[in-house]
Amino acid sequence: MAGIPHDEYEPKSNFEKWLDSRLPIAGVIYSTLTIPTPKNLNWMWIWGSLLTLCLLLQIVTGIVLAMHYTPHVDLAFASIEHIMRDVNGGWAIRYLHMNGASLFFIAVYAHIFRGLYYGSYKAPREVTWIIGMLIYLLMMATGFLGYVLPWGQMSFWGATVITGLFGAIPGIGESLQSWLLGGPAVDNATLNRFFSLHYLLPFLIAGLVILHIWAFHTTGNNNPTGVEVRRGSKAEAEKDTVPFFPYYVIKDVFALAVILVIFFILVGFMPNYLGHPDNYIPANPLVTPAHIVPEWYYLPFYAILRAFTADVWAVQLVSFLTGGIVDAKFFGVAAMFGAIFVMVLAPWLDTSSIRSGRYRPSFKWWFWLLGIDFVVLMWCGAMPAEGIYGVIALIGASYWFAYFLIILPLLGVLEKPLPVPETIEEDFDSHYPPKVEPAE
Amino acid sequence: MIKIINIALIFSLGLTASLFAAGASKQHIEDFSFSFEGPFGTFDQNQLQRGLQVYTEVCSSCHGLEHVAFRTLGDPGGPMLEASQVKAYAKQFDIFDVDLDDTRPAIPSDKFPKSAIENAPDLSLMAKARAGFHGPYGLGINQIVKGMGGAEYIASLLIGYTGKEKEEAGAILYENTAFPGGWIAMPPPLEDGIVEYRDGHSNTAHHLSEDVSAFLMWTAEPKMMARKTMGFVAVILLSLLAFLLYLTNKKLWAPIKRKDYKT
Repeated sequence: MAGIPHDEYEPKSNFEKWLDSRLPIAGVIYSTLTIPTPKNLNWMWIWGSLLTLCLLLQIVTGIVLAMHYTPHVDLAFASIEHIMRDVNGGWAIRYLHMNGASLFFIAVYAHIFRGLYYGSYKAPREVTWIIGMLIYLLMMATGFLGYVLPWGQMSFWGATVITGLFGAIPGIGESLQSWLLGGPAVDNATLNRFFSLHYLLPFLIAGLVILHIWAFHTTGNNNPTGVEVRRGSKAEAEKDTVPFFPYYVIKDVFALAVILVIFFILVGFMPNYLGHPDNYIPANPLVTPAHIVPEWYYLPFYAILRAFTADVWAVQLVSFLTGGIVDAKFFGVAAMFGAIFVMVLAPWLDTSSIRSGRYRPSFKWWFWLLGIDFVVLMWCGAMPAEGIYGVIALIGASYWFAYFLIILPLLGVLEKPLPVPETIEEDFDSHYPPKVEPAE
Repeated sequence: MIKIINIALIFSLGLTASLFAAGASKQHIEDFSFSFEGPFGTFDQNQLQRGLQVYTEVCSSCHGLEHVAFRTLGDPGGPMLEASQVKAYAKQFDIFDVDLDDTRPAIPSDKFPKSAIENAPDLSLMAKARAGFHGPYGLGINQIVKGMGGAEYIASLLIGYTGKEKEEAGAILYENTAFPGGWIAMPPPLEDGIVEYRDGHSNTAHHLSEDVSAFLMWTAEPKMMARKTMGFVAVILLSLLAFLLYLTNKKLWAPIKRKDYKT
């Protein structure tokens, strides 16, 4: 791969030469594993490896679950109980899969916020960022589709509410919704296609993950200083970097082991803590649960969806300007997708010439406020949409948009950044000073 | 600093995540201390057997356990009846056999019958379907600190009758302090001494409700003991692995970070 100068793979044995002239796969693997990686990466750079493991875990456990699961409205719920009770180790596989989704999203949010803080989305890594956002969208879709499969109360009503969002699109909404559902309401056809797609999407994610890795292996990793690796010569690059293997492989695996300890505490002792009890009640189209709540990882965006009610002036204005075509419901849907879309645009909305938030004194405050905002929105999403929660959610949602659309563009102009180190080596040496050779 | 932020992030995600939308509920749920609470908690085999007896003599006249097979009554981590006892127990239930197109006495490989009356919910998963006391403020603290779950809900419901009744749309509703909304269609099922325990254990309504709730926790989560064992094995082995990897990582990076590493 192009990019930072490094050792190229050289086939040694006759077999390696034979293979290399036909399919240079060993070279690709070699370059991928030995890629020069900035030596100052901190612990926020472990999430990528963890995410890869999560994808693998979900695919492996998912394939086993699919062997025992029956996608039919009359049988799905019982087949899950069959997995939990009769399949050898089935309970473990299912709890790993259920909580694996949560681990996946914890990791992806940490990974995204890492990128937002250290400006990993900025040139030349915009393509990596956009592919990442596509992966995130596919993860949300996959998670949602999977949550429907057990056919519990929250599965059914979650599916009804979420597909209803598409129904809010003016004009084509209703046809689109019944096309998605395979009928006028959530039913067997819906369950079957959701199962099919839930099996498909992870493999699309895997494909995008390869592109994601390819893209950032071309540009090189970002790092906490945001300063690029020097590429004048191999010797110069080596002052800023270490090979990914073994240095970051071991570091990431260590971090992985620590996180898995926490993960297994969750799976072993409180596997249903992050789930919703109502999903242990079989789906019943005639009984609506008191509160329909999505899984925790959707809550911030669910809060944004519900924040824009008909009494918000912005909604009334847009509704008036569009002659009522855009009503509160569609506005909410647009806001929810828009909240993710503004993240996609971050590379162009952020006007600062400094990449890393470490050297941007005011940016830091706004960034942490965004982090708090995210948590507050998540909490609002879990609360009933009434009274004070609606107000908090509206403030939270407004800040989310303001951060990307107003604060990021303005800060680049108004902020006076701190001095940035010349090189990665300089930053690293300030933490780990070179030993002074004893005088003769 | 970043590490602290990591941890804070994970925790804040975890906490906010607890999903139960805590509406303004005035439910009163008593905090029982069940033997199966906490990471070290196990099912009390005798209690499960007593609970089974309460279910059989009281609940089963209306409520089914359609996901539970009779044979699992003999499984490790459950009531652990003898094989002969399981057989004898199953025999007292009549189940519908599709092949015979008729009913016959149940055998251990059969499942418990479904609920006998339509508006009586199946109890197989009740203890997990009602696990929702994610207070305060929907943060799930009670569940972690006090181990409050569905078993507490069931037990509180069974002893939560105030004695008041009202008629609504031709049906009699009973006031209950644990039931959401406060009025439940189920008449009070338990009273002191309604079940005579074989082991002579106290049979006040409070004890009966506690025992049957423990039994229903088992029907909802029959593999709980195996799960906790797996949890311990995984946590211990992974901790060991993490420690070894910590040392490996430290040694590996020492020359890069210009640190002395003594072996």
